[in-house]
Amino acid sequence: MSVGAQRDDFDVAVVGGGLVGAAVAYGLGRLGNRVVVLDEGDMAVRASRANFALVWVQSKGLGMPEYAGWTVASAEAWPELAEELRRETRLDVHLEQTGGFHIALSEAELEARTSTLKRFHNQTGVAQYKTEILGRAELDRFLPGLGPDVVGGSYCALDGHVNSLKLFRALHIAMQAQGTKYLADHAVTAIEHDKGAFRLTAGGRQVVAGKVVLAAGNANQHLAPMVGLKAPMRPERGQIIVTERVKPFLRHPIVTIRQTDEGTVMLGDSKEEGTDPVGLNLGISSTIASRAVRTFPVLGKLNVIRSWRGIRVMPADGFPIYEQSTSHPGAFVVTCHSGVTLAAAHALKLAPMIHAGQLDETLEAFSARRFDVQAFA
Amino acid sequence: MFKRLPDCPATAVILTVDGRAIEAREGDSVAAALLAAGFAQTRQSAVSQSPRAPYCMMGVCFECMVTVDGVANRQGCMVPVREGMRIETLRGRREISA
Repeated sequence: MSVGAQRDDFDVAVVGGGLVGAAVAYGLGRLGNRVVVLDEGDMAVRASRANFALVWVQSKGLGMPEYAGWTVASAEAWPELAEELRRETRLDVHLEQTGGFHIALSEAELEARTSTLKRFHNQTGVAQYKTEILGRAELDRFLPGLGPDVVGGSYCALDGHVNSLKLFRALHIAMQAQGTKYLADHAVTAIEHDKGAFRLTAGGRQVVAGKVVLAAGNANQHLAPMVGLKAPMRPERGQIIVTERVKPFLRHPIVTIRQTDEGTVMLGDSKEEGTDPVGLNLGISSTIASRAVRTFPVLGKLNVIRSWRGIRVMPADGFPIYEQSTSHPGAFVVTCHSGVTLAAAHALKLAPMIHAGQLDETLEAFSARRFDVQAFA
Repeated sequence: MFKRLPDCPATAVILTVDGRAIEAREGDSVAAALLAAGFAQTRQSAVSQSPRAPYCMMGVCFECMVTVDGVANRQGCMVPVREGMRIETLRGRREISA
């Protein structure tokens, strides 16, 4: 051991302590693994604190039907995760799976939505669940207070939302209660594989673990090659506006508007390329606000108390990447956009596979080998 | 609790707080007027229901929210007093109707 460096041994080192890393670490700790979570510090660009907190199913997986099935499986496992966390941490993460909506503000938008859903549900082998296109009169039964521009929308009973900040906190409390060691300010700079074990250099210390799980969001693209994996990423920026707290007026989440358990209303869903989270694009804020007020005119009366820009973790084709390294067995990459929706799948389904040392065949489609397209010659 | 400085003459302004008339001075913010009139609690947290009162007095902490002339969740420290203004201390979340 070198002077000044501390050395620890673990069954699994999870790189990244956001929602994805914490969910996997929690799932591994639950099965008795000695786990260390190596995380960045408070200044990390962290999607876990900037997300929209939907547990969302409808139309996810257009272009990869396996993703639709995985998303449904997670939505169905979510009540079990929420109940476990409540039992172990006494924190209520406020899971509500009351069904959710996409809203169309013109006939053209409704046609586009209808066509997307048709293409989605026509995919071979796609999960069988119902997404309905509803006209204005049907929407009014679920969503009182819609504005005159709303022509219709889509509804899926599996959609819901959660308090993602409480989820983040609950996962951290629960994993540490299991004995998992959490090390902040320990960004991983090197990973070596030696005699069946991994040696990770992080924050001036060396950590040795039998397995390593890369769950570092967009940073996975730099970490994965250290263990013979790859994770091509294409980060996106998004902006969110938050209003003052008001009494409940919205019973169902809408993909761009949701009322939190504590009363604030979140407005969002913008997309821009890029990774600089600082500053706001006011044109985007204005579009978000204008669409929200056209959807629910009453929102125009509310004070805005916060607005921010965050970074989406986004694999290059938008779908999750799950893979075990063939050159470095025991090294796994876990990266996806939907860390909230997939938290239950990561904790209760993926972590047991990592524990067993083998990803199920059902996850084969999520391997990064899908990016290996031969040059056409 | 709070005392006004003795030698700062200013025009008196009368407003009502939860139906009760109080005297403030021109140039006061609503939050300052409430503190000067002896209010120790000006709202109840919408999340934890704990008692709250003005704190930062500069528009940052949102602890001083009150209902001003029927509009809930206004920051008392950012609103100057006006003759005849009606203030209500807040209990829970603002109500909005469609």
